[in-house]
Amino acid sequence: MTEKTHVTPMNTLLFRQLQLKFLATPWVLGSLAILVCLLAPLVGPTPIKLSRVFDNSVSFADNVDAQIFFIARLPRVLAGALVGGSLAAAGVVLQALLRNPLATPFTLGVSAGASLGAMVVIVLGIPFALAGLPAVTLASFIGSLVAVGIVYFLARLRRQGLSTTVLLLAGVTLNSLFSAIIMFVQYLADFSQNFQAVRWLMGNLDVSGYEPILWALPLLMAALVGFTYLPRSLNLLTLGTEYAATRGVDVLKTQRLAFLSASLATGAAVSLGGPIGFIGIIVPHIVRLLVGSDHRVVLPSATFLGAAFLVTCDAGARTIMAPLELPVGVITAMLGGPFFLWLLIRNR
Amino acid sequence: MLRTNTVSFGYDTKEVLHDISVCIHRGSLTGIIGPNGSGKTSLLRLLSGVYPPTTGQVTLEGQDLANYSRKTLARRLAAIQQQTETTFDYTVLEIVLMGRYPHLENFGIEGPLDLELATQALAATGTSDLASRAFSTLSGGEKQRVVIAGALAQLSSTNPTVIESNILLLDEPTTSLDLNYQLEIGSLLQNLNETGITMVVSTHDLNLAASVCRDLIVLRDGKVVACGKTEDVLTEETVRHLYGVNVHIAHNSAAGHLLVVPMRQHRREPYD
Repeated sequence: MTEKTHVTPMNTLLFRQLQLKFLATPWVLGSLAILVCLLAPLVGPTPIKLSRVFDNSVSFADNVDAQIFFIARLPRVLAGALVGGSLAAAGVVLQALLRNPLATPFTLGVSAGASLGAMVVIVLGIPFALAGLPAVTLASFIGSLVAVGIVYFLARLRRQGLSTTVLLLAGVTLNSLFSAIIMFVQYLADFSQNFQAVRWLMGNLDVSGYEPILWALPLLMAALVGFTYLPRSLNLLTLGTEYAATRGVDVLKTQRLAFLSASLATGAAVSLGGPIGFIGIIVPHIVRLLVGSDHRVVLPSATFLGAAFLVTCDAGARTIMAPLELPVGVITAMLGGPFFLWLLIRNR
Repeated sequence: MLRTNTVSFGYDTKEVLHDISVCIHRGSLTGIIGPNGSGKTSLLRLLSGVYPPTTGQVTLEGQDLANYSRKTLARRLAAIQQQTETTFDYTVLEIVLMGRYPHLENFGIEGPLDLELATQALAATGTSDLASRAFSTLSGGEKQRVVIAGALAQLSSTNPTVIESNILLLDEPTTSLDLNYQLEIGSLLQNLNETGITMVVSTHDLNLAASVCRDLIVLRDGKVVACGKTEDVLTEETVRHLYGVNVHIAHNSAAGHLLVVPMRQHRREPYD
């Protein structure tokens, strides 16, 4: 059957379609994410105009619109984009790695570790900041690293390779163990500390400046580089490790890269914005319903859609009950849930 | 030539294969038969290089499998597991195109040529009509044929001389298929073998083994008890030794191959 490798016109057409899907989908969603990031800073209690923001005839010191745009609102929007994109991408990767559509970035205990780290710092009342980085952010990142280390170590103990069963069980167990410790810490804390802690757990993108973003950026970029190597191997991995191995996938290398980069992305995202729920499970599924299951399309698309989605939700959180701010996690769940259900029944 | 040199293998502490030396010749169609738990699947896993043997060596063209990279090996050798379940829904064409994995660069997408090879693989397995269907909606027999198409796409090369030295391993491809599909898979295997692909297939179906396999490897309790031409190996004595069942084996001129007919078993103890 290989004597003639002449390509029929139908296959050429099919190739064009494939190419279009691979290129167009991420481009469309990427443009959407950029558009949302430009428009979101215009939304808020004080109305500003994009034309005034980029008006070069007025100096920055005198341009109130530009100050509100760049100093007050843009950092928060960028944080939303980074956190949303990272959580959505990590969700895609972990669902494929664990071969489980119900997996989220928080399944493997990373966020529980991060929460515990944050909680300890809040309750102990450690006030210091490291080069503009609040102690809470730093502590939650360290907490996530500890959780990742424990889970990875346990999953490597048995057999050769990475046991996804152990990974899943260790993650779930660690989640409840850390939750118990968090409850204990909360029990010891006073009322105002507890209020602060609960607010952190609800997720909050108010990063107050560019420093936390600049600090998280290299970590997220490293995770992103890891992600770019994964899609084709993840496609095969979702059909089973043995299936993937006999198709030429280096299974252990792929699993390790998937686990570590997804954990890094989750840890950095959670320490930046708190454990914002729903993004990591809902965005991957929305994307799959829209474009199919090929991870080469799903992964970049989910990253962009996650960014656009969280920035939009946060804009809502800032304005719906202004001057009060809703926790953004409330909005993501309230918007995402019904939309997901609608997509689910639409295809039946 | 694919060969195992005195290999042993086990999961955790339990050894399931002991001191196995078999040889798969180029262009052969070899069956692996034996009772449940005799080590058929484990032997196929060793031959595919998914698991390394505890002791001994598995070699392809004289080279230890451990010396091949996964991708290089996958271009020469494909394996099909008993069942394939998808976590997320892929189309049939996507599944078959995934077979091109070892031929593409890290960030590559399938080109027109890969699509052409996938289309040919679909045609060879009679699954062209299913191309745009969701894999999860297929019947067992259709799934099996699509997975075989994926393996063909994997072994296909733009260089026509290569395919003759390629190997396809199948683990019980007819289990849970109805009679029609069993026969269909059987003749598909024969057709593919005639195009030059070396085949190794494990099976419980002695008549499938008798009708398509030219050579047989007989396993019991993780040991090779017989190995050679089907006519020489598949005897009433061997089957009794394997399963403790009396059978009648004779050449059937209508079918054109040996036919295995199980005889009624004499119960040692009557029911109360």
